[in-house]
Amino acid sequence: MIELSDVSYSYGGGELLSGISLTLAPGSFHFLTGPSGAGKTTFLKLCYGDLLATAGRVTAFGQDVRGLARDEIARLRRRIGVVHQDCRFLDHLPVAENVALPLIVSGRDTAGEAANLADLLGWVGLSDQAGALPPSLSGGERQRAALARAVIMAPEVVIADEPTGNIDWEMSLRLLSLLVELNKMGKTIVIATHDLNLIRSAKQQVAARVLRIRNRGVQLAGADL
Amino acid sequence: MSLGGDIVAVLRGDAQADRVVPPTGFTARLTLFTAAAMAFLAVFALALSLATGRLADRWGSELARSATVRISAPAGQVEAQVQAALRVLRTTPGVTSARVLDAAEQRALLEPWFGPDLPIESLPAPQLIDVVEDGRGYDADGLRLRLTAEAPGAVLDDHTRWRRPLIRAADRLRALGVVSILLIAGATAAMITLAAQAALAANAQVIGVLRLVGARDVYIARAFVRRFTLRALVGAAAGAALATAAIAILPRAGDAGGFLTGLGFQGWHWLWPLAIPPLAAVVAFWATRLAAFRSLRELT
Ligand SMILES: Nc1ncnc2c1ncn2[C@@H]1O[C@H](COP(=O)(O)OP(=O)(O)OP(=O)(O)O)[C@@H](O)[C@H]1O
Ligand SMILES: [Mg+2]
Repeated sequence: MIELSDVSYSYGGGELLSGISLTLAPGSFHFLTGPSGAGKTTFLKLCYGDLLATAGRVTAFGQDVRGLARDEIARLRRRIGVVHQDCRFLDHLPVAENVALPLIVSGRDTAGEAANLADLLGWVGLSDQAGALPPSLSGGERQRAALARAVIMAPEVVIADEPTGNIDWEMSLRLLSLLVELNKMGKTIVIATHDLNLIRSAKQQVAARVLRIRNRGVQLAGADL
Repeated sequence: MSLGGDIVAVLRGDAQADRVVPPTGFTARLTLFTAAAMAFLAVFALALSLATGRLADRWGSELARSATVRISAPAGQVEAQVQAALRVLRTTPGVTSARVLDAAEQRALLEPWFGPDLPIESLPAPQLIDVVEDGRGYDADGLRLRLTAEAPGAVLDDHTRWRRPLIRAADRLRALGVVSILLIAGATAAMITLAAQAALAANAQVIGVLRLVGARDVYIARAFVRRFTLRALVGAAAGAALATAAIAILPRAGDAGGFLTGLGFQGWHWLWPLAIPPLAAVVAFWATRLAAFRSLRELT
């Protein structure tokens, strides 16, 4: 599904990530951990084509990401749902429209998807906030709205960057269960987090693998978590 | 998507797509004002161009389609010189016809000064030959030289030729009017490009989010293109309407005013200002589209 072979990345200074080779198979569930600044967000951006590897090759759905034209990158983004670390909403549009944004920009008939949208908002528990503007949402509400937006196009892959960064344990578990549910529907899930408890909790529900960024490389963590 | 489909999509609009980019009040008003001011100027340039064009045409048609050759010679030589001059004239390229005026016609010409009973035959009045030239005209200096050689008493009088420089000036003025309209279109394009670029830069965050959720460049560009095209259209319509009204109420002074009061539109030329708003819209469409695609590649 997403394949990295000997990928390195540098923002201009020294190499942040180096010689990474791994495959995110369809239907797999991965966690990505590592200290702050290790390059988790950078790694995820390489996966969804927001950054291009400075060396090596990233393949998504069988296509070399480097060779994609701008329009093809846009199409790739519709197949990979992303929960960004900072959520990234349009603050002048209500939550419902922000969640529906991928539909709107792909030119789909949003009126026809209204029931879908309502279901989705109910699923993440934001039915009451549908008409609110993003700046008025709490941290957890923002994260859930971001998750709803990430899955509205029914993407094959969902990438979540610190989806439980701002929220309490109970809400974190709720969000995790939504992601586990998606995985059971066959979606490929990648979650960057440094919340070890979240990882432990997930391992009880799905066969999750844990990737750890260390010394600029990515290793598969053992049972030592 | 084809360009035709793109323009249709821009004009038809998509309320939801429009909302995706927040409104930009200040640039919007500036664009409206610029388009209106430019359209106002364009209508005046158009009026100037058409008016000078009319002037040039009128002078041109009045002008030396006909000239006169006057032959003054001692009584016995007149007939011979007339024949010589006619031979010269008939072999001159650019001269369509040369006709000797008869006594009655000559008398009619002199009547205003000398009264109806002028005994023209007994006067040493010069004999006149009416010369009609074709559209290309003839070489007046060359003709003069040949006439002097063949008929020393012949004088070519091309009285209306003095207007030639005036017609050239009017033609030049018409060309300047057209150049002004092109410059106005260029300046409009430049200003709309700047405004669009400012709007795009102000919305860099929004554009980043749109790209992240899978918006293609054409989609994002269209939101901006549509706005600026509509603003240019509305602003230019207002400016063109004002200018047309201003021209319509210019005081008329009949022929006495000449060029000054001739600065208006005549007949179907009043429809010309209608072309200005669509022209402004096309200029805005392209200016914004090019600016948008350039900025989008730089921003994300
Ligand atoms: N656009 C950028 N330009 C230059 N350096 C950057 C840029 N983005 C990130 N970095 C640097 O790269 C390193 C890794 O950043 P990244 O965001 O990938 O870390 P992270 O593992 O996601 O951290 P966190 O857990 O705090 O989110 C950091 O040192 C950061 O300062
Ligand atoms: Mg990060």
